Amino acid sequence: MTAVGLGFDVPRTAAVVRKELADFRRSRFIVATMGIFPLIFLTVPTVTILARRVSATSPALTKELGISLLYLLLIPVVIPSVTAAYAVAGEREQGTLEPVLTTPVRREELLIGKALAIFLPAAGVAYVVFGIFLGVVRLAASPAVASTVFAAPEVPAEAVFIPLLAAWSIWVGLALSARVGDIRAAQQLSIVSSLPPLALAGLMSFNVIHPTFGFIALVAGGLLVIDGGAYLLVSRLFDRERLITGVGREGT
Amino acid sequence: MTVVSSKPRDAVGQDGDVAVDVRRLTKKFAGRTAVDDVSFQVRPGEVFGFLGPNGAGKTTTVRMLSTLITATSGAAMVAGIPVTPGREAEIRRRVAVLPESPGLYRRLTVTENLEYFARLYGLPDRPARITAALAAVRLADRATTPCGQLSKGLRQRVALARTLLNDPAVMFLDEPTSGLDPVAAHEVLGLIGALRERGVTVFLTTHRLDEAERLCDRVAIMSTRLRTIGRPDELRRTLFRRTLAVATAAPLDRPDQVFGGLPGVESWQADVATGDGAGPAGYQLAVSDPVQDAPAVIRALVTAGADVVSAGEPRASLGDVYLELVGAGPEGQAPEDRS
Repeated sequence: MTAVGLGFDVPRTAAVVRKELADFRRSRFIVATMGIFPLIFLTVPTVTILARRVSATSPALTKELGISLLYLLLIPVVIPSVTAAYAVAGEREQGTLEPVLTTPVRREELLIGKALAIFLPAAGVAYVVFGIFLGVVRLAASPAVASTVFAAPEVPAEAVFIPLLAAWSIWVGLALSARVGDIRAAQQLSIVSSLPPLALAGLMSFNVIHPTFGFIALVAGGLLVIDGGAYLLVSRLFDRERLITGVGREGT
Repeated sequence: MTVVSSKPRDAVGQDGDVAVDVRRLTKKFAGRTAVDDVSFQVRPGEVFGFLGPNGAGKTTTVRMLSTLITATSGAAMVAGIPVTPGREAEIRRRVAVLPESPGLYRRLTVTENLEYFARLYGLPDRPARITAALAAVRLADRATTPCGQLSKGLRQRVALARTLLNDPAVMFLDEPTSGLDPVAAHEVLGLIGALRERGVTVFLTTHRLDEAERLCDRVAIMSTRLRTIGRPDELRRTLFRRTLAVATAAPLDRPDQVFGGLPGVESWQADVATGDGAGPAGYQLAVSDPVQDAPAVIRALVTAGADVVSAGEPRASLGDVYLELVGAGPEGQAPEDRS
């Protein structure tokens, strides 16, 4: 089955996704990353909000809510960065990249397969943690705090930004992974390079920018365009010759 | 440095009878030439050895032929398909590559590794193919073992099983016994030998001359440029004068009188160890045909009162050929790194 117009074979892409997920599942480092970071990023904001006993209109609450949601947005940024940075550098390190590239798999299939395998658990974990946060707020926070949280535009923004930020982190991580030989270096660079889009969320959190639904939609649209551009860029970096020899065709 | 040829010396046949056809292939990396104007052909079903020191361009040639990298110039055809942009996927379906490192996912089991590659090839009947491939490398009992728990030799066998999955017309094996202990290397070589029975064309790169001599129908010796190509025995004959080595119980008093008048003996020299006047002595005689000339030489020795200990043709090994072509002189110096 070929996805007409997309230029890739769906079963082959699915094979990449399956393999990546199986490999991630058995990597202690990745499993720990998927467990520890979300736990930290859930605990801090939840405790902060639950400890709040103020009126719904308190500016302090609004600020704390913004910071809390910023914590939660770190999940779709950090987890994909770490796993995406491993995706190519890890293959290169264990010598699996060359055998894979000698098969008929197209670079789009490999790239999309790897990206999906990173995106699905990362976005899944981020949404689950976000849901837990909202559930705990609904059940355990004071009614005034809870109603402020659920009325804040940052809450739907969070839901929209999770996949967009995750996608950005994945492309950045894959790009670095394709160019940097060492896994640890790729991961560290990837985390740092994935953070800039969070600056906008930070400005909203600290009330420098007062988010409206229209503004959020605009930012989301911008992120979507950036994600598309990042995919095209990474796709160019995924040239077989460059991946194998470190030198692109133009360098020959 | 002896340069026998930079072009194929033995024509293989018509284009339709060629598994790999390489014409003037060149690859440069940022100004450094890794492969220079190389031409050769490989017959279908042949085990073809591609020999050379580290950095000679063997791996680069395999990567060009398996469409991983593009040639700077020249042309090639693999399994009847031209290696040109747009035909890469077609070629990849018809070939299999075993890189120097087995390249297995250590956290996945043997079957999971093979299953993944079978899916990437888009193969039908995957379970049957995997079972057959594992049986071929005698690893059926390790199907559920994570590859990280296998020894290096077993991992190489799994990698060989992977190359069998798509029934390739041409198989590129890059240093398949590199880093293996003698027992594991022997097993892997046995499996490669068995590929001949399947009619697979095997392109074997190695710098282990013993395995090339044992397995290959023909060999090419490479050091950025192609130094020579041919059957191992042909190369020996071409590069080395035929000699007859004789040993006597004691040194001859007048060896020039014994050997000088013999028809067929072009020249002679005493072995280095000979000449102290005691013990056995050896002589190397340059002859046109050792088998034909040996009886006359032995008769002459007996007539001269010598006790003949042995007489025979010393066999130059492929290693001697290799050393003759790439082992000395500035052109034989291996580039610093593999390309």
